[in-house]
Amino acid sequence: MFDGYTSSELMSIFAMQGFAGLSLFSVFVLMALGLAIIFGQMGVINMAHGEFMILGAYTTYLTSGFFQSYLPSLFGGYFFVAMVLAFLICAALGAFVEWLMIRRLYHRPLDTLLATWGLSLIMQQAYRSIFGAREVGVDLPEWMMGAIQVTDLVELPINGLFVMIIALSIAVGVYFLMYRSGYGKKVRAVVQNRPMAEAVGINSAGIDRATFALGCGIAGVAGAAFTMIGSTGPSSGQAYIVDTFLVVVFGGAQSLIGTIVSAFGISQAQSTMEFFLSGSMAKVLTLLVVVGILMLRPEGLMALKVRR
Amino acid sequence: MKSSSPLKWFATREGLYYVALAVLLVVLLPLALDPFRLNMVGKYLTYAFVAIGLVMCWGKAGILSLGQGVFFGLGGYCMAMFLKLEASTPEATAIQSTPGIPDFMDWNQLTELPWFWEPFHSFSFTLLAVIGVPVLLAFVIGFAMFTRRVGGVYFAIITQAIAAILTILIIGQQGYTGGVNGITDLQTLNGWDIRTDEARTILYFVCVGMLFLCLFVARLVQNRKLGRILVAMNAQENRVRFSGYDVAAFKIFVFCLAAAFAGVGGAMFTLIVGFMSPSFIGIVASIEMVIFCALGGRLSILGAVYGALLVNAAKSGFSESFPELWPFAMGALFIGVVLAFPNGLAGLYQTYVMPLEDKIFKRNKGAQLEAKPAEKTAEPKPTAEKTPDYDPMIDSYSPEKS
Repeated sequence: MFDGYTSSELMSIFAMQGFAGLSLFSVFVLMALGLAIIFGQMGVINMAHGEFMILGAYTTYLTSGFFQSYLPSLFGGYFFVAMVLAFLICAALGAFVEWLMIRRLYHRPLDTLLATWGLSLIMQQAYRSIFGAREVGVDLPEWMMGAIQVTDLVELPINGLFVMIIALSIAVGVYFLMYRSGYGKKVRAVVQNRPMAEAVGINSAGIDRATFALGCGIAGVAGAAFTMIGSTGPSSGQAYIVDTFLVVVFGGAQSLIGTIVSAFGISQAQSTMEFFLSGSMAKVLTLLVVVGILMLRPEGLMALKVRR
Repeated sequence: MKSSSPLKWFATREGLYYVALAVLLVVLLPLALDPFRLNMVGKYLTYAFVAIGLVMCWGKAGILSLGQGVFFGLGGYCMAMFLKLEASTPEATAIQSTPGIPDFMDWNQLTELPWFWEPFHSFSFTLLAVIGVPVLLAFVIGFAMFTRRVGGVYFAIITQAIAAILTILIIGQQGYTGGVNGITDLQTLNGWDIRTDEARTILYFVCVGMLFLCLFVARLVQNRKLGRILVAMNAQENRVRFSGYDVAAFKIFVFCLAAAFAGVGGAMFTLIVGFMSPSFIGIVASIEMVIFCALGGRLSILGAVYGALLVNAAKSGFSESFPELWPFAMGALFIGVVLAFPNGLAGLYQTYVMPLEDKIFKRNKGAQLEAKPAEKTAEPKPTAEKTPDYDPMIDSYSPEKS
């Protein structure tokens, strides 16, 4: 597939597609972080994760509309308000869902998968009834438009760059929360040994709820960021859910670094191959390779070595 | 609990359930419905094949596959390829730039038949492929996964990814597969027009016949030692392994069995509906197939048939009158079945209807109660037995324990 390209041309193609892949990478990281927390730490499969993301996106859409009509002078900063709102709304809904159904299903991961799939169907249809089936987009504030020229061939759109910065800062934030805070210590204690954690006085049910809410909240922020680079429709979330699950599983379920590495690998592979093959074949090949590697190495790229 | 004479078996309680289903499908529905509706029931029944496979695979052995649509689709596509080739004779396609190849290939500038289409000129090969291709794929997936002891949610996610891969592949390779429209405009099966009302009625009965064949195969498996090992594996995999059984081999077997059922269902689907498209393969379709099985009762092969019929009938009913309400109902069904009725309709039947039956049975034929079929007694067994380190949460799906 490399026939007919000189090596310098190939280099710039790789650079170009690599930068194009970075926005896919940001979406993967943002979605996968929430999933990795919920799946990796709690073993719960949340099929409605994409819908939580879309909830964040619609929140951003509504906030931008509100700022446009009532606070046009502050329009440049609406995104930050929207991000906080998206986090709070999604986390609240996540906590409610955890209380309503997830907590009854902790020992039946396959059933959680089916129940959250049902939830995702309901949420999708709710979006369709409220916002209509058409995709909606938000107006970007002025400072987010345009691009930075790096070399003659390579230019970086500011909104893509901004989303990537959000993705990475959330990743760093999650790292500190999980590995450097008291809350994270409790979460890890519950993951490693629930009865012992309870015996030393950790409220494991509360930790579960907070963790699920946190994962959903991050999904909401992901949705808010997603509006910056694409439009939102009722079923946009479903389009990413399988990819994101593969990202999480491929990275090793309990490793945050692994999640980021695999998100990077998968998005870059897909975007580079897209140049040489058709879009669908690039995706098929990427997924096939991932599934193939998972068959050889089911624990993922960077799995924790634990004795079971 | 084998009766000496097969006829006697039909008088047992289990036999009566099968007879009731047969009466419903063979006598009542064809009498009550016009050919169009009957054809739709036939379509629903093709999903029942998948649901029976899922009962064996998920309900009994605890392997949740979210990619049953893949096998359903492969079976369906094999049949569709044969029918399409028969419909694309050089005479019928004379206006194309390359006569004798399917129309969508001609639209995509293909000038000769791809190699993997060639064998589908033969009907016997097609029949073989309808079962063989899904089973082969299931074997490869199962062998790769189960020998490495991958199971549970990982398996579910990977099967789901395979469903996604196959859908994207079929849609992307339009020239070879017909793309997003699928393989349409199928006309005859070995010269027999499948589009007439009469042919559709006959196909419906063929479908019912195949369904009962699959039901009996599934029943055979579940009532043997093989079936007990599958259930045991679901409850305590390590104990089964330490008892000297090759757990992976049993898992591969039951996964292949489910794939074979799904393949047969897919082929019947193509015949009854008259086309095949990637929308029956994808993630959404594949997960919907799980709900057929879950609603009917994940441990009951007969329940799966009722589950498939009811969910699909409800879907058509809702889609005709309130299309926007159907996803809500479907979502509620998923959540309700998991949270409130983990054993589905079969579980409800066992709890509420069977005691009534017991009373009637006791009054009329007390002896018959002794001959209570193995299926019904076998179900509660693995859950009823509890040892101290035996976590009932993992092993049983009965609501009172969760």
